[in-house]
Amino acid sequence: MDALVNKRIKQVLKGDQNAFSDIVSLYQHKLYQICYRMLGNKQEAEDISQEAFVRAYINLHTFDQKRKFSTWLYRIATNLCIDRIRKKKPDYYLDAEVAGTDGLNMYSQIASSEQLPEETVQQMELQDRIQYEISRLPDKYRSVIVLKYIEELSLQEISDILDMPLGTVKTRIHRGREALRKQLNNL
Amino acid sequence: MSTCPQYIVDYMHEYLDGDISREHEQQLKKHLQECTDCRQHMHELSDTIAFVKSAAHITAPPHFEDKVMKRLPKGKNRVGIQKWFRRHPIIVAAAVFFLFMSATMLSNYSNEEFSVTKQPNLIVDGQTVIVPEGEVVKGDIIVKNGDLVIEGEVDGNVIVINGEYMASTAVVTGEIEEIDQVFEWIWYETKAMVNNFMDLFEE
Repeated sequence: MDALVNKRIKQVLKGDQNAFSDIVSLYQHKLYQICYRMLGNKQEAEDISQEAFVRAYINLHTFDQKRKFSTWLYRIATNLCIDRIRKKKPDYYLDAEVAGTDGLNMYSQIASSEQLPEETVQQMELQDRIQYEISRLPDKYRSVIVLKYIEELSLQEISDILDMPLGTVKTRIHRGREALRKQLNNL
Repeated sequence: MSTCPQYIVDYMHEYLDGDISREHEQQLKKHLQECTDCRQHMHELSDTIAFVKSAAHITAPPHFEDKVMKRLPKGKNRVGIQKWFRRHPIIVAAAVFFLFMSATMLSNYSNEEFSVTKQPNLIVDGQTVIVPEGEVVKGDIIVKNGDLVIEGEVDGNVIVINGEYMASTAVVTGEIEEIDQVFEWIWYETKAMVNNFMDLFEE
């Protein structure tokens, strides 16, 4: 797959914009999934994952082809997600007003700090519950947990994507697991 | 559990990361057999992981690819032109050369000064050049910004630029050319240059 990706990258760099569509096609689901799990909102996930591809296209000449493309692409996406999460916090209450539009349910609008009444949580469908618990994690734990357990990436890859030492990644995963455990235990 | 050392929890995480040493693993197993609290903690962590891993696989919404492609900046034309330039270096070089040549030639053309090739038996009357009757001019005559009247004979080419050529009973052995358009002027200059160039090889 890497050989194909590198071939397409070379074509794009030579000016063949259409060659980029194969790259999008290959990574769209993984990238969207990361964004969705990080942001917990379909529309934002779509917007951010598209933006990540656009940025990758614009900055493609800076990509070192000896490295893994997915790592580089995921880094762009996780950075955009983290930026969005940080920007979103103050105007969360405005966001809450749009709940119920286009297949979004109330859980997808919950900010990480928000806690729902126990009863409501217990009545949730499993999938909503998972997303709810992930989005309650502080964002520094959320990114490592998503990359490790949703994308099933190695610790080394996560360290490359997030551009932090392996030791830091391990510490965050440990704390993330403990935080999740406590969240699930409180019920 | 408060009595249990912190390193037991660290070992649990090492175990879950899949990079625990054999020594640590044995210590952890031994401890878990003895301590129910830690066993419970370990179970909860495993359940937590299983819970997160049971998340459904999410796929991108339909037409995602098209939407991305539409959002890409339209740098295509610029790249296309560059590509064309790179593929046809000779045409580009010729075009640039022609452009500069035209510019210099045009500056000559706009020069309104009257001039004529010096030949011994020509009569110059104001801006009119006359080849008198009964005279034979040996060689070419080029008149710029003036008229030419030939009553005698010319043994060579006649070129009139920005003027009129008038002949009644003239005998001209060479070619006669009248140039009064910018483009023709450029064409003439180019031709002259090519001819000179060819002459270099013929000599």
